[in-house]
Amino acid sequence: MRHLSYLLVLAGCFGAAIWLEPILRVNVLRRWRRLLLTVVPVVLVFVLWDLAAIAAGHWHFDPAQTTGVVFPGGLPLDEVLFFVVVPVCAILGFEAVRAVLRRPAGDEPAGDGSAGGG
Amino acid sequence: MSYTAAALLGALVAVLLDLFVLKVQLVRRAVFWATYPIIITFQLLSNGFLTGRNIVMYDPGAILGLRIAYAPVEDLIFGFALVLLTLDLWVWWGRRGVQRTPAAGDGSRLLSRINAGKIKAGQNKTGKIKTGKIKR
Repeated sequence: MRHLSYLLVLAGCFGAAIWLEPILRVNVLRRWRRLLLTVVPVVLVFVLWDLAAIAAGHWHFDPAQTTGVVFPGGLPLDEVLFFVVVPVCAILGFEAVRAVLRRPAGDEPAGDGSAGGG
Repeated sequence: MSYTAAALLGALVAVLLDLFVLKVQLVRRAVFWATYPIIITFQLLSNGFLTGRNIVMYDPGAILGLRIAYAPVEDLIFGFALVLLTLDLWVWWGRRGVQRTPAAGDGSRLLSRINAGKIKAGQNKTGKIKTGKIKR
């Protein structure tokens, strides 16, 4: 059970945000192509950063509290999933806030949505 | 390079991308700063677990040593870069016409109830339904 510690933290994050999809209908997972186009580059960039940080000795992970699946360079699977879960949660939160506050983010279709939606 | 320098550099690059390269300019938008306190709350919680329980450990020589809820302050800066880049790309793809719809809240009964309440409140105050203007 202990080796699932990191994954449980990620599950907690995900659980705290994912209800926004069905309840507030933030439609983030429904827009999965846009989500993939966003998350994949973020994972790439931050995995590179992480590999560099591990190589430089900035941080390391407890093998007893991670899954044990480790990519070359000493990067645990858990950490890669962090860079998937956190961006997805951030987008869910962002879309929820804009839906409630009705503030534009700059990607609204012209003459639609928050422009006239009062 | 220390983690401190790397985190600051990462955040700087994210802000420069936001303002001048992707030109999404989320750091100038209210909706971003309204979202950020929520994100940072959950970040402190999850980061606190990861660092407080020693799931992730840091080289004391690579950080300042200033910690907030167990996590080195550098993690907050790292997190800012991660979240800003993520939301920038999300909005950037939307601006390019990738899946702008269904927009957030489309089809939510809870949200239409919230908004009906808002309109009612607006009616009570001004005597007529507010027509929402675009605000930054």
